[in-house]
Amino acid sequence: MTVESQPSVSLETAIKVETRRQPMPPRERLEQIFDIQDLDAIYGSKAAVKGVTMEVYKNLVTAIIGPSGCGKSTFIRCLNRMNDLIPGFRMNGSIRFQGEDITASSVDPVAVRRTIGMVFQRPNPFPKSIYDNVAWGLRVLGMKDNLDERVERALTQAALWDEVKDRLKASGLSLSGGQQQRLCIARAIAVEPDVVLMDEPASALDPIATQAIEQLMHDLKSEYSFVIVTHNMQQAARVADMTAFFSISTGGEGQRWGELVEYDATEKIFTNPSDQRTEDYVTGRFG
Amino acid sequence: MIDGARPSISKFGLGFLAHDVWNPVLNQFGAASFLFGTALTSLVALALAAPLSMGIALFLTELAPKWIQAPVTALVETLAAIPSVVIGLWGILVLGPVLRNDIEPGLHSALGWIPLFGQPQTGSNMFTAVIVLTIMILPIVSSISRELFLGVPNELKEGALGLGVTRWEMVRGVMFPYARGGVAAAMILGLGRAVGEAIAVTQVIGGFVGIQWNLFNAGDTLASRIAAEYQGAVSNLQVASLIYLALILLVFSLIVNIVAQVIVRRVARKQGLTR
Repeated sequence: MTVESQPSVSLETAIKVETRRQPMPPRERLEQIFDIQDLDAIYGSKAAVKGVTMEVYKNLVTAIIGPSGCGKSTFIRCLNRMNDLIPGFRMNGSIRFQGEDITASSVDPVAVRRTIGMVFQRPNPFPKSIYDNVAWGLRVLGMKDNLDERVERALTQAALWDEVKDRLKASGLSLSGGQQQRLCIARAIAVEPDVVLMDEPASALDPIATQAIEQLMHDLKSEYSFVIVTHNMQQAARVADMTAFFSISTGGEGQRWGELVEYDATEKIFTNPSDQRTEDYVTGRFG
Repeated sequence: MIDGARPSISKFGLGFLAHDVWNPVLNQFGAASFLFGTALTSLVALALAAPLSMGIALFLTELAPKWIQAPVTALVETLAAIPSVVIGLWGILVLGPVLRNDIEPGLHSALGWIPLFGQPQTGSNMFTAVIVLTIMILPIVSSISRELFLGVPNELKEGALGLGVTRWEMVRGVMFPYARGGVAAAMILGLGRAVGEAIAVTQVIGGFVGIQWNLFNAGDTLASRIAAEYQGAVSNLQVASLIYLALILLVFSLIVNIVAQVIVRRVARKQGLTR
C-alpha cells in the first residue's frame, strides 16, 4: 500500500512540471459538475471524512492528494455511491451532481454509477477476453449498436488499441499491469460516462505505464471530467488542473478523521499554498 | 471385483449393459433398466438441485444480511450430516405420501405431455427418489458454490458495479463466469453422490425393473439394486451379476469424475486463469 514517506517535491520541480500543462480557463467560465456541501462519510459510528465542501468542474482533471488515512479514497468513492456496498456506511451532507443530490436514498446508485465511472487502484480486468472486457458493459447496458466500433474507439482512447488489436480474443489477464489498467480505463469510458473517478490508478504501475495513463487523461479531458486520487504529488502536479489537499485531523478520545484543507488551482497549491499544512505536505516536510 | 463378477460376465458379456431383464428365478440378468434408472434419477435430481443450490449460495453471499448468513449456512451444512437412511425413512413416511397425493397429480395434469410426468402410480416411485437425492446433494453443491462465490475478488465485483450495472447483471456477467469451472465441478460431484447413493434410494424408489420414463412410477438404480438384493441373493449367478452391477457403477463414477476434471481444466484454460 501507500508508503508514508512521500517523495519530496521541491517547489522548483513542481513549477517546472507546471509549465507542461495548458493554462486553465478562468474559474468563472468553468462549468460546475459536482457541488459538494458539508459531506461527512461515516463507517458505523466512525467518521472517515468530515465537512468536505468543494466544487468539481467539468472537463478538468481534479486531483485529491493527502497522506494515507486522510479519507481521500473514501471521499472519491462517495461520488459514485461505491461505498454503499460497505455495510454500515452512510453519508451526511449533499453531493449535487448536475444539480441532483445523489446522496438521497431515492436515487438509484446503479444509475449514478452509470454516469460516473470508476477506475480502481489495482487493475481489475474481468476474466474475459480483451474484447469482452470492453464489450460486456456495453452489451449489458444496451449499447449494442456498432459494438466493434465502440470497442475499438474505447481502446484507442485508452491508448491500448495498437498493442492489442491483433489479439482481442486473448484473456484480459494476459496483459501486463499497465495494459490491464488501460483496459480498465477503456472499459470505463466505453459506456460513455460523464465523469471518470480514478482511485490511485497508477499506484501499482511502473513509470512508463503511469505516464501513458497520465497522457490519456490529458487527451481525454475534453470529453470527460476526471477526479483522481493520488499519493504521488508529482503526478498531481503533472495531470491536475485543480488540486484538493486532504489532511488528518484529530479530536478528543483518539478520534481521527480526514478533512479538506485546501482546494485551489494546482499551480497555486504547489507553489503558493495558503495553508501551512499544505505547504508542509507539498514541500515534503510532512506526510 | 472382475473376479467376483466373472460368472456373470462370461454368461452375459457386454450385452448385460443393454439387457433390461432382471429375473433371479429364471437366472436372467441385465443392467439396462438400472443404468437407465440411475441416469434418470440422478440427472433430474441434479437439474433440480443446481438452480436451488445456486440460489442458496447467491442468497448467502450477496443478499442475506450477516445475521441470517451464519444460521442458514449452518442449517444447509447440517443437512449434509443427516444419515441417508434417516432421509430415506422420512421419504417413505412423509415425503412419499405428500408427493403422491398432493404434488404428482398436479404435475401430471399440468405437464402430462412430458413423458416424465405420467400417470401417478405408487407412493414409492422414482420421483420420491429424485426429491430425496436432491435434498442429499443440495448441501454439498450449495456449500461449495458458496465458497466459490465468496472467492470472487471484491475488486472484480466493484469493477462491474462501477460500470453502472445492477447487482444481478454483475452476478451473471462476472461472478458466474469467474466461478464457472468450480461450480461445474461441484455439480458433477453432486451428480457422483446421487449416482452412488444406495440406501435412501432403495427405501423410496419401489424396486421396479424395466425402462420407462414416467417418474411417478417405481424404478431402480444400480446402487439401490445392489444394496437391496445382495444379502438375499439366491444363486451364484445373481451374486456375480450384482457384482457386475457394482463394476458398472464404479466405471460410471470414474467417468463422471474424469469428465468433471476435464471441464474444470478446460474452463480454467479458457479464462487464462492461473490463480
